[in-house]
Amino acid sequence: MAHKELLLGDEAVALGALHAGLSGVYAYPGTPSTEITEFIQAHPLTRERGIHSAWSCNEKTAMEGALGVSYAGKRALVCMKHVGMNVCADAFMGSAMTGANGGLVVTACDDPSMHSSQNEQDSRFYARFAMIPVFEPSNQQEAYEMTREAFDYSEKRGIPVLMRLTTRMAHSRAVVSSGEARPENEVHLPENPRQWVTLPANARIRNRQLIKDYDAFEVDAEESRFNSLADGCDRRMGVIACGIAYNYLMENFPDGCPYPVLKVSQYPFPRKMALALAGMTDTILVLEEGQPMVEESLRGVFPTSARILGRLDGTVTRDGELSPDIVRKALSLDPIPSHEPSETVVPRPPALCQGCGHRDFYTALNRTLEKYPGSRVFSDIGCYTLGFLAPLHAIHTCVEMGASFGMAQGAAHSGIWPAVAVLGDSTFTHSGMTGLLDAVNSNADVVLCISDNLTTGMTGGQDSAGTGRIEAICEGIGVAKEHIRTIIPLPKNYEEMERAIREEIEYHGVSVIVSRRECLQTLKRHAKK
Amino acid sequence: MKKDIILAGVGGQGILSIATIIGSAALDQNLHLKQAEVHGMSQRGGDVQSHLRLSSYPIHSDLIPRGCADLIISLEPMEALRYLPWLAQEGWVITNTTPFVNIPNYPETGRLHEELAKLPNVIALDVDEIARQAGSPRSANMALLGAASGVLGILEPERLKEGIRRIFARKGEETVDANIKAFEAGLRKAISGYGTCR
Repeated sequence: MAHKELLLGDEAVALGALHAGLSGVYAYPGTPSTEITEFIQAHPLTRERGIHSAWSCNEKTAMEGALGVSYAGKRALVCMKHVGMNVCADAFMGSAMTGANGGLVVTACDDPSMHSSQNEQDSRFYARFAMIPVFEPSNQQEAYEMTREAFDYSEKRGIPVLMRLTTRMAHSRAVVSSGEARPENEVHLPENPRQWVTLPANARIRNRQLIKDYDAFEVDAEESRFNSLADGCDRRMGVIACGIAYNYLMENFPDGCPYPVLKVSQYPFPRKMALALAGMTDTILVLEEGQPMVEESLRGVFPTSARILGRLDGTVTRDGELSPDIVRKALSLDPIPSHEPSETVVPRPPALCQGCGHRDFYTALNRTLEKYPGSRVFSDIGCYTLGFLAPLHAIHTCVEMGASFGMAQGAAHSGIWPAVAVLGDSTFTHSGMTGLLDAVNSNADVVLCISDNLTTGMTGGQDSAGTGRIEAICEGIGVAKEHIRTIIPLPKNYEEMERAIREEIEYHGVSVIVSRRECLQTLKRHAKK
Repeated sequence: MKKDIILAGVGGQGILSIATIIGSAALDQNLHLKQAEVHGMSQRGGDVQSHLRLSSYPIHSDLIPRGCADLIISLEPMEALRYLPWLAQEGWVITNTTPFVNIPNYPETGRLHEELAKLPNVIALDVDEIARQAGSPRSANMALLGAASGVLGILEPERLKEGIRRIFARKGEETVDANIKAFEAGLRKAISGYGTCR
């Protein structure tokens, strides 16, 4: 019997995966994808079946773990935010070459408008790059059903599937009606073992097969129940609406859209359907969340008879997420009368919590560095990036996970002194450890600080991979024991903290400072238990 | 029938609990619902908002178009004003009057109250105080929901109370009672017209 519940898009994906007979979820937390794994971790079926759901160190190790599950013939889900795709790209591209044995679904949650991210990259490009099919749900029910089907499809075609969500899909709730859970697969090894050894001789054969398969994936997309072409009474324009953009289109036409509409939720882009649409009208508006991927593929370079409207000609904003209002403007409909924005309201940016250990660490660091005018602080991705804002103004860079350790040594090699790096414990185990080994090997004159709050804080307090072992890891990588200093970031310790930082600046080699105090958010949660 | 609601506040104030209770009541009444939330970075003391849409027929967009919100329910007075471009011309604003000051340039509260008073339909109440007086100081968000329940329309206050009971049930009888008390106190104050700005 169908069961109805209110689910986030993320949770709908999670439930779809569980009901598809999932054997393991492999993920690193990242907004807006975190809730997929958290839902699976908390679900009774996970305990009952012993489904793997512990967090991975990073997206690459996650993808590789899942690929191993697929090799064994079972079903695996990988989840990450869009920039996680960069970290797992090597494994993701490789998985197109090995193909999938057990169903393998990779969920990437893109964050257009950068609500909680450093860029706006569109994960559909990765799928096209790797020649992997994409499912892009337009509502929560579809997210549930598509995820279930994506596993079947992955096994039927022997290929991983990318599930693409965007922020509003991931973090919006709706009623989802779900079915029964399918059993897990039994272990069964791949039929073609050569395909899983990507020696050039094997890979060449596989590549030709994949190119052929990609045509078949496009035929599948044309026949998919998730893609549809509807005629309209007004053929002055046609609309291609991808994923969630379909909702914004329909929102503007309560009595039904008058224009012919091609709804796209499964890729490769179904070109035949687009040609059929072009046969109905010579002006086509493309609505897609993220970058103008479909639009660019339609425009090409040479002139066509069809007039294409979208992000590239300014009909739709060039960047940022879509909204019913942006789509309304693109449709040339009159704006809905409303109130003027208030002139009294001022921005309220996010900030580090009052009493947070990162604050005390930055305060001591700032006080120490006052005496070193040439100092630069290379920071990283996490709550502590907020140290850039007033009143701390403590950092000079933030690029991607682990960049702080790499950049600090590059800057030190170039003569910047003191070159200081700051990252969190979870970012350290995600992508800082290899950078630390580089620093040790080049004996860089750097002070590398790990602001350890014993959790993955920014995404809501998930387990951090190196908790309790940070100093041991640094020592194992080769940092001299006497230059691994642990401090407790509290106002009463400022003097001691400053002394430790100063001494390590004056040491011309690799120093690690571990500033450790539990995140206030997880501390509160632990106190309640 | 359809109701579009913007829930507003500062990260950590508890707007998502309001959303969860309305959501539970809506699900129980077989209404269609969409609720877009903000997670991640902004939750650290920044402005947060949730678009909550309830309807007796299917809803397309997860986001409310500008000019279409029937209600803005806000736990903070400046945050109520932040979303005015989304408010329908005859829409309601139900807001807490206690400011949450965590920025150096927070505007003068008098100006906020003046601006609120200019709107056609406003219920402005000190829900922190109402919750305190009701003996449930930690349930200001439920007092606000109570205040809004009189003009919500699509769900009766009784349905929302059932939602509160369902959601807080696992936290024990005491928590349920405290939240119901705050809810009822908010509803009473709003009906008595005490907090209406005009």
